[in-house]
Amino acid sequence: MKRTNELFAIAATFNSPNDIINAAKSIAEAGYKNFDINTPYPVHGMDKAMQLKPSKLGYITLTFGLSGAVFALLFMWWTMSIDYPQIIGGKPFFALPAFIPVTFEVTVLLATLSTVIGLLTFIFGFPHNKHSLHDTNYMKKVSADKFGAVIYADDSMFSQTNINELFTTLKAESIEFIYHNEKESYPIFEPKFLTFLLAVALVTSGGTYFILNKLLFMEPFSWMAYQDKTNAQEKSDFFADQYGMRQKVEGTVARGYMPYPYMGQVNPPQTLANPFLPTKENLKLGQAKYLTFCSPCHGNFADGDSRMNGQFPNPPTLHSTRARDFSDGMIYHIITNGQNVMPSYAAQITREERWAIVNYVRVLQRAKNAKDSDIELIQKGLINAAN
Amino acid sequence: MQQTNLEYHKKELPKKLEQTGWIIFGAGVILAVLGFALDQHRALLNYLMAYMFILSIGIGSLLLIALEYVGGADWSVPIRRVVEFLAAIIILLPLLVLPLVLNIHDIFHWAHDEAVNTDTLLKGKSPYLNITFFIIRVFAILAIWGLFYYLLIRNSNAQDKTHDQFLTKKNIILSAIFIPVFAITITLTSVDWLMSLEPHWFSTIFGVYFFASSVVASLAAVTLFVVKLKENGYLHPKLVDDHLFSLGALQFAFINFWAYIAFSQYLLIWYANLPEENFWFLHRWQHGWEFLSLLLIVTHFIVPYAALLSQPAKMDPKRLKFISIWILCAHFIDIYWLVMPNFEGYYFSLIDLVVPLLVIGVIILIFNYRSKKSNLVPIGDPKLQKGLDFRVP
Ligand code: HEC
Repeated sequence: MKRTNELFAIAATFNSPNDIINAAKSIAEAGYKNFDINTPYPVHGMDKAMQLKPSKLGYITLTFGLSGAVFALLFMWWTMSIDYPQIIGGKPFFALPAFIPVTFEVTVLLATLSTVIGLLTFIFGFPHNKHSLHDTNYMKKVSADKFGAVIYADDSMFSQTNINELFTTLKAESIEFIYHNEKESYPIFEPKFLTFLLAVALVTSGGTYFILNKLLFMEPFSWMAYQDKTNAQEKSDFFADQYGMRQKVEGTVARGYMPYPYMGQVNPPQTLANPFLPTKENLKLGQAKYLTFCSPCHGNFADGDSRMNGQFPNPPTLHSTRARDFSDGMIYHIITNGQNVMPSYAAQITREERWAIVNYVRVLQRAKNAKDSDIELIQKGLINAAN
Repeated sequence: MQQTNLEYHKKELPKKLEQTGWIIFGAGVILAVLGFALDQHRALLNYLMAYMFILSIGIGSLLLIALEYVGGADWSVPIRRVVEFLAAIIILLPLLVLPLVLNIHDIFHWAHDEAVNTDTLLKGKSPYLNITFFIIRVFAILAIWGLFYYLLIRNSNAQDKTHDQFLTKKNIILSAIFIPVFAITITLTSVDWLMSLEPHWFSTIFGVYFFASSVVASLAAVTLFVVKLKENGYLHPKLVDDHLFSLGALQFAFINFWAYIAFSQYLLIWYANLPEENFWFLHRWQHGWEFLSLLLIVTHFIVPYAALLSQPAKMDPKRLKFISIWILCAHFIDIYWLVMPNFEGYYFSLIDLVVPLLVIGVIILIFNYRSKKSNLVPIGDPKLQKGLDFRVP
């Protein structure tokens, strides 16, 4: 590295931690302000010997730590209890105990990151890669086994002879004059740096490519991916036509499958008759399935008042005269076939369950439009209203 | 080394300390007898609390000694004798435990055959929770602790005369064996004496909780003694505030550790919400106990945390003295919170103050007794000079 003739600092190295503490004390007592100590490991009591004021770094840590805590709490409060409240494990929307670990982590994360970044930028003046102390004998020694003190030339008391004398009386092991580096610049387009950057890029991308595209396809890493079965859409060598997915054999139906004659018709001229009686078990099944599949749109009591209201073509109430006048078979048809924007549920809900839902919808409708005679029946105890 | 020896001259602790110890202890005994006359069961529970309080400080101190040896710490060498004197509590424990062992029936629900026979859960736990095995465990653990105490202290004292470095090495090995033994025995002790007060409860972290409490309490006791003795010139003249800083920092760390463990226990039980676990906390959040629970959080965590947060606070003797006493009070609340809600119909009463009186009395007396037999500084320890040179970076 090229150096100018201008003196940057005078540096001295010492043999033991005791000597360096002693040196730091004497330098500070002599009145120098702009000096530094470099040691291979932290030496206890150095702050005091150098008469340093307490570092301001703690305030950065505190500020960011506290803002981490506040941010985490506000974030969880907003997302979990205001914007998209969901019941999780029966806990309240604002479940403070569950938020504490996350708050703690974010606090620690922001506190530590801000400490490190604050240290590098504010205190070390990052990147500073042409600091004049770099590449000196002094630096090599103090990062191995010597303890160094350096007094910078811009100190108001700086005087070569005095400092030389001071270091000699302190029994310095060596004294070194350090000159300014030629002009501080940050050569991004330096061939060495660019080569290094390129090498890093090649190694990381090559490594990633190798792992994701090669390594994971080698045994034994690949054992999960290749299994002795045909996946959907896969070619099969077993069948003559090489289709992994098989077509139905002409003229057959799958086991348990019941063909539905009115599929795809908007207003079928005829509908099926309800084959199930509304027994207690059947209604319980219908209630369970209704609450699973229908209530998200039609509401728990078929009033058309679910959360979906306003976000979707409004699912209608099932208590309208129109819906009440539907035959059982018509409701079954709507579930099976769908109607306009309401999709078909034939794939999700079995035939028996669909009829059970129909029966349950009938119960809901009847409950909303009870007749006087129903009330009499309840009073006589023939119907149990609680069930 | 020679120089260090010359600077320390042993000064006997004042007669007044011993007198104070006897007065406090006497007052405690009188109150205990009075309490016994008024309400036998309550007196017994008070005694249990006092026993656990003393035990936690004694065994916590022994752990601190072991940590110094195993961790190779230098800074704590000049104050190790204070810790050793507090650990001497351990030799009293087999004596102190007798009234409890003789009254197992009045303390533990599981000790009643009628109760166990009609209770599937207790029946399942009875291979562990039965009187014979309980008594064996109690005395076996106290014997093990006593043994380690005896060996460690014997070596430490011998070093004062012989300056033999090999004794330090011996103690390092002993300590390394002691630490895992400690982990197991403190867990068993806490489960036996505190957790089994509610034998239907399950909490696997309970041992760690009690361990955290014990270390916090013993650190507070050590700090209090060190600051007091240092102020009055009984310790080495070269002991400085930097040593106090280490004590303060350790206290701060363990306050956090306690809160961390206490919260972990709560969080897991709250989250899973299983009836066989949550009733313990639910009960402590009802029937008036919620105030004690809140008080515990504030006194045992929030206040000490805030008080010890900054660096100057950790080395300020006044602050340390205050917060040590504060933490010891909080430890009392902690033990109260663990014990009393398990029994129906008990709320705080002035009689409960017998606990701190007995504890303080016993600690002062044993400390004073031990201080007569050894130097207050381990003058033969090879690390003493390095320890005295310790400074905060
Ligand atoms: C994705 C939301 C959604 C779900 C889930 C849903 N529906 Fe619908 N449903 C609708 C919408 C929207 C309509 C109105 C369709 C239209 O425009 O004709 C409708 C219409 C109906 C109708 C006709 C009402 C009328 O007046 O024409 C019936 C009956 C019905 N649904 C029953 C059910 C049943 C029973 C279920 C449970 C298997 C169910 N729906 C599930 C959205 C839904």
